[in-house]
Amino acid sequence: MSVAHLNQTLASWSPAQLGVTGDVLEVVRAPHPVLATEGATVDPLDPVMVALAADLVATMRVSPGCVGLAAPQVGIAAQMFALDVTGHPKTRTCHGVFVLCNAVVVEASRQEKGREGCMSVPDFTGDVKRATRLTVTGVLPGTTDHVTISTDAFEARALQHEIDHCNGHLFLDRVAGAHAVYPRKVYK
Amino acid sequence: MTQLAVTVIGPDRPGIIADVTEALVGTGVNLEDSTMTLLRGHFAMMIVCSGPFEEVKSALEPLRGELVITVRTMGPEHEHAPIGPSYLLSVHGADRPGIVAAVTRMIAAAGGTITDLATRLSGELYVLTAEVELPVTAELEMLDRALEITAEELGVGVSLRPAESDDL
Repeated sequence: MSVAHLNQTLASWSPAQLGVTGDVLEVVRAPHPVLATEGATVDPLDPVMVALAADLVATMRVSPGCVGLAAPQVGIAAQMFALDVTGHPKTRTCHGVFVLCNAVVVEASRQEKGREGCMSVPDFTGDVKRATRLTVTGVLPGTTDHVTISTDAFEARALQHEIDHCNGHLFLDRVAGAHAVYPRKVYK
Repeated sequence: MTQLAVTVIGPDRPGIIADVTEALVGTGVNLEDSTMTLLRGHFAMMIVCSGPFEEVKSALEPLRGELVITVRTMGPEHEHAPIGPSYLLSVHGADRPGIVAAVTRMIAAAGGTITDLATRLSGELYVLTAEVELPVTAELEMLDRALEITAEELGVGVSLRPAESDDL
């Protein structure tokens, strides 16, 4: 199977390009209203937003198993998220760590069902149908250039999950059936 | 052969389903539709089956105790004819009394029927998911608006989406 063509700008992006060190922020949990609020479009050049980008990466980094974190999850209703699916067993195409502002889905196909969890909904998982071929555009923080990312498999799923957050949606809004929400199983 | 409804509720432990169905097998019962889940850790199962009422009742007698078991005869099988297309209803938000009542009343008022429903509470978060059939004549926009208003009053989020099924 072929892997989607990597966007080199994204793939080579590193949080060091933000020029600031991020702080670890507290992750909010549902039913916090910010998680149901549509995020505002952000100015990617705004130093406050560049700092937020660094904070999202820092917070994602210290959270075990976290592959993505959107601004509403740290209490800020804004169109920005950090993502890094490196090393996940379901990942095929992988752009490494990056932050996108004002991201929108431009193409989505090949829906498949998968079970998702979320740091903001820690006690449940749910089956959600998502596109496994995806094209998204957005802007890297601290720049004005639109980048286009084409990806698949787990990176595609994670992108859609984070873009949903930016629009005030949780995976709970998209579950695939009446019995598709599950209590999270934790072995003792 | 009478159609029977068997319900089993009680503290969960491994082997309840095996115990119940083994007892039923001995009476010549044929299991038809059933559902089982854990509700806040309690075992909860419902079975509709065809079999002799008295035998089924006495076969399950030894299992009574911690388990609350009921056996009832049902009327003739009622085939559910869909009233229209299926939708998935999702509601989530801060827990408070009345969420299910208010939301399902809106569905009923639109002539819709719920064919499957589950609710879960964890901490402050209440989650409802349901499969809903709406008559083709239902005013979807009005229902959406009514659900939105109800959700706002309750302080929860609600979404109603067509249920997709892919034929393979």
